[in-house]
Amino acid sequence: MKQALQVSNLSVHYPGHLALDNVTLGINSSSVVAILGSNGSGKSTFVKACLGLAPIQSGTVSIFGTEFSHFKDRDRLGYVPQRIHDSMGIPATVSEVVQSGRLSHGWLRRFTQEDKEKISHAIDVVGLKDRENDSINTLSGGQYQRTLIARALASEPDLLFLDEPTAGVDLATQNVFAEALKHLVRGGTTVVLVSHELGPLRPLIDRVIMFREGRVIFDGSPDAEAVDSHIFHDHPHSSAKPAEGWQI
Amino acid sequence: MTIFEFLEPAFMQRALLAALVVGLCAPLVGIFLVQRRLSLMGDGLGHIALTGVALGFLLQTNPVATAVVVASIGAIVVELIRAYGKTSGDVALAVLFYGGIAGGVLLVGLSSKKSNVNLLSYLFGSLTTVSKFDIGLIVALAVVIFFTTLLLKKSLFALCHDSEFAQVSGIPVKLLSMLLAVMTAVTVTIAMRVVGLLLVSALMIIPVATAQQISKSFSGTRVLSAAIGAFAAVAGVITSFYLDLVPGALIVLLVIFLFISSIGISSISRRHDLRLQVR
Repeated sequence: MKQALQVSNLSVHYPGHLALDNVTLGINSSSVVAILGSNGSGKSTFVKACLGLAPIQSGTVSIFGTEFSHFKDRDRLGYVPQRIHDSMGIPATVSEVVQSGRLSHGWLRRFTQEDKEKISHAIDVVGLKDRENDSINTLSGGQYQRTLIARALASEPDLLFLDEPTAGVDLATQNVFAEALKHLVRGGTTVVLVSHELGPLRPLIDRVIMFREGRVIFDGSPDAEAVDSHIFHDHPHSSAKPAEGWQI
Repeated sequence: MTIFEFLEPAFMQRALLAALVVGLCAPLVGIFLVQRRLSLMGDGLGHIALTGVALGFLLQTNPVATAVVVASIGAIVVELIRAYGKTSGDVALAVLFYGGIAGGVLLVGLSSKKSNVNLLSYLFGSLTTVSKFDIGLIVALAVVIFFTTLLLKKSLFALCHDSEFAQVSGIPVKLLSMLLAVMTAVTVTIAMRVVGLLLVSALMIIPVATAQQISKSFSGTRVLSAAIGAFAAVAGVITSFYLDLVPGALIVLLVIFLFISSIGISSISRRHDLRLQVR
């Protein structure tokens, strides 16, 4: 099967801290992969290194068979960063933020009717149609996170990286997010999802990769016993006990 | 005596044109600085522009032209330090900014025009002494800034809202950051004849902060802040003509008055909305 992402001997070193230690793995096209691990395990650094946002000391990253520095089809890439609600900036509407997602198709061109339709559709998918002209400063944390997800969806990516998209958001937003993810998966998008836990997304996940201290410590099925025990041990205070009460 | 008496002197025509284009363009650049939490960058580049003004005195050429060049080079260095520097960013910037003032004072001392009055006209603005060359340069650069910010508004918004996302999207973030820094430098230098280097940031930032209180969208804030900047600059020049006051300071006090008024309007509007929601 064709690989969407291939990472070979990837190491990222921050001052005084080895964040990723010689990681090698491949992710098949049209699969949904969850990257799990506790805080500081290297999972977010892995995503940032794959997207050219973290300084790579050694190793290579290839997207759809092309080495990252030569990969120009940025409209095929999507990214939802881990983020807290930024309420002090210049006011911007939900629609204006989501528009940024279409810039990967050309950052200097004028938006076409098709762009406008894609933006409107992405806002609709995350359930914010009635808020599209509202300022993001008036949104809840969950609604703001949905806006960032819509921004990524607007580019219609073939490979989507999501860094803890449901962290700290309400269950309604988690369910909306799960629906949006289903929508993407049906379209054949490859999804790399960083999370502390699987939650309502579990039925969509094809594969789980666990990180600890910058290394891969598990790579396998989401149904494996190791997945539940790891999540439970890492998050003894988590309210979301794995495999119980989560339905899509 | 007519109502448009203030338009009769040639110096006032030049002063009004300079105030209009600078008042319009300064917030169009300032909005991206506010969004990037770089509100004081204009102040810093104003310090560097002082060296450019002094270099103009020393070389006996037009100080606005040399200030544009020196401030632009300074902006590029600042951006390079921010992007690649290993020194703490704010320390490096402080060194550069204080170096700008020190360099300016030193070069003025070396120049034949050892006049404090001349330097003061750049520090606090001197619209009535704007020459034909100055006005040509100011308008030309303002037109470039106006159309550049218009053409790049979506990309600059993406960069300033979330630079990592912009980078992943293939937007050239380093190039655009550099361009924004250079546009800031150019705006500072064209605005120095209007409000002066020490007050230049006020015209870039306060109209944006004012529009921010009223508008709920980025495009609305952008248009409103440019309108506020242009209105305050023109109104300040006209008022100063009749009251015989310093126009730069009057413009800045006017934008501060509008800012305080906008807080009041915004507060009343929020209370009104809350009452409607309760009903």
